Amino acid sequence: MSTLAEVAKLIRSKNAGPFWLTLDVMFDDRQTYEAVRDQHVLSVELISRLYMQPRECVRVFAHDAAMAIKVSIPRPHSSGSPMDTDVFGGQQYAPLLDLAVEFPRHQGHK
Amino acid sequence: MLGSGFREESIYRALDLGVRMIGCDAGTTDFGPHLLATGDSQFSRAAVKRDTSIILAAAVRAGIPLVIGSAGGAGGDVNLEWMRRVLLETAREQGLHFRLALIHAEQSKDKVRELMRQGRVLPLPPSEPLSDFAVDEALHIVAMMGAEPVQAALDSAQVVLAGRSSDAAIYSALPLKLGYASAVCWHAAKILECGAAAVAQRAAPDSMVAVLHSDSFDVFPMRDDYRCTPQSIASHTLYENVDPFHLVEPSGILNTLESEYVAIDNRAVNVSGSTFELAERYGVKIEGARLVGYSTIILGAIRDPLIIRQLDNWLERLDENLKERLRNTVGDAAQHQITARIYGRDGVMGALEPRKTIEGHEVMVLWDVISASQGLSHSIAASLSHMAVHNPIPEWDGLISGVAFPFAPSEVDRGPVYEFHLNHVVYPDSPTSLFPTDYESV
Repeated sequence: MSTLAEVAKLIRSKNAGPFWLTLDVMFDDRQTYEAVRDQHVLSVELISRLYMQPRECVRVFAHDAAMAIKVSIPRPHSSGSPMDTDVFGGQQYAPLLDLAVEFPRHQGHK
Repeated sequence: MLGSGFREESIYRALDLGVRMIGCDAGTTDFGPHLLATGDSQFSRAAVKRDTSIILAAAVRAGIPLVIGSAGGAGGDVNLEWMRRVLLETAREQGLHFRLALIHAEQSKDKVRELMRQGRVLPLPPSEPLSDFAVDEALHIVAMMGAEPVQAALDSAQVVLAGRSSDAAIYSALPLKLGYASAVCWHAAKILECGAAAVAQRAAPDSMVAVLHSDSFDVFPMRDDYRCTPQSIASHTLYENVDPFHLVEPSGILNTLESEYVAIDNRAVNVSGSTFELAERYGVKIEGARLVGYSTIILGAIRDPLIIRQLDNWLERLDENLKERLRNTVGDAAQHQITARIYGRDGVMGALEPRKTIEGHEVMVLWDVISASQGLSHSIAASLSHMAVHNPIPEWDGLISGVAFPFAPSEVDRGPVYEFHLNHVVYPDSPTSLFPTDYESV
């Protein structure tokens, strides 16, 4: 068992325009990426629970060429508005770091 | 982005390769709504002028077009005029002569109301339908142009200064005009829009070059120590986009589901297989900003564990005491909003924070008072900070001083604060009808 933070090359968040937030989890080897993708570590259900968003607002994409899983959710407050806490949306990924990824025993990872 | 810098030699290197145009994105909504609301530039005049002087001289002397989009930051008329003056100043200093096009993206309230009445304005998720009230409140409204207004300007101008633009339209306009395939133009433009952001490991901003073929394009950086890899280029469709496979432009959608990214050597990548689906209706995104009020903030830190463990109750009691005080001073009618952000608990993530507990031994409270005038916000904040420092807890008998202010005065006036309040798409008469263009000979 590993955490996403241990196996990902980069976990980041950023605005996608002033009204959306997007989270990218990127890998540098295909085996790890496919394990995370195929175990649905980042599922709509989980993101919906973790970020307290209705399921229909959560979008999850598996990007094979980029070896990345992408999650997009609406921002609770538009970027830079009085209630916003993170103008660039850059520090909204921490809840993803400890998610568990399982690897079959014969498979190594970094 | 214009004003964020690049190496001068990178531009000359690109000219030596025979590039046919130089493009530069000069704006973003990333920094917040104030740039659109006020017309200010994020980067200093000196920084923008330095970058402009190099690309302008390079393009004019090489006889190739220069396209600068989202001029001045937000791409409204104030921003555009600011950018025009910077450009003219450096042109004069360097003795450069060219035909300049200025494409306006600012929209009048009357124009937007007219489009609304015609049912040509629809909300984009997660926003509500546009109201007359929202239009009235807007300080500035801009529409995000596609490639067509830039193409029209390039008919007679060598240098194009465009107001708010789709980032990719800056780079796709010329090759689309020259007849290259839409998917190739738009995907190459999407990669180029952030310059060297698409390299594997970026130390500082710099330039990138794309070479277009009939059904694919090559992309590579100008700095020797930068590398593009298939993964770094594929990853760029993730950056700042909601959906990495369907990238929406006014004229249609770039579909990257079947895109293939192949290494040409250890620093260049070939991209093929993308498609471009024409939209049924040509749609342009609009952005608007409104004034929310005037803000005064207070930073106050707490170290006493007895206060920290009852922080929410302590804040509630403070709120009640303050309300009573304000009734006797500024009056009930004085509309205001006070938020307290707790750093050490959920200051960074706010409503999205799943871990709403305080685990450290100190917290920072950031109070933000917003009302219709700076004077009122300041006077409320002054009462708030004084009441906060002496706000009692039952465990201690007698007058306490429970908040450590790092600054004196502890109230900081922030001036006017704004918010983006338009997130809509409009369906204009034609791709160029919202973007009038002025021409001048420099």
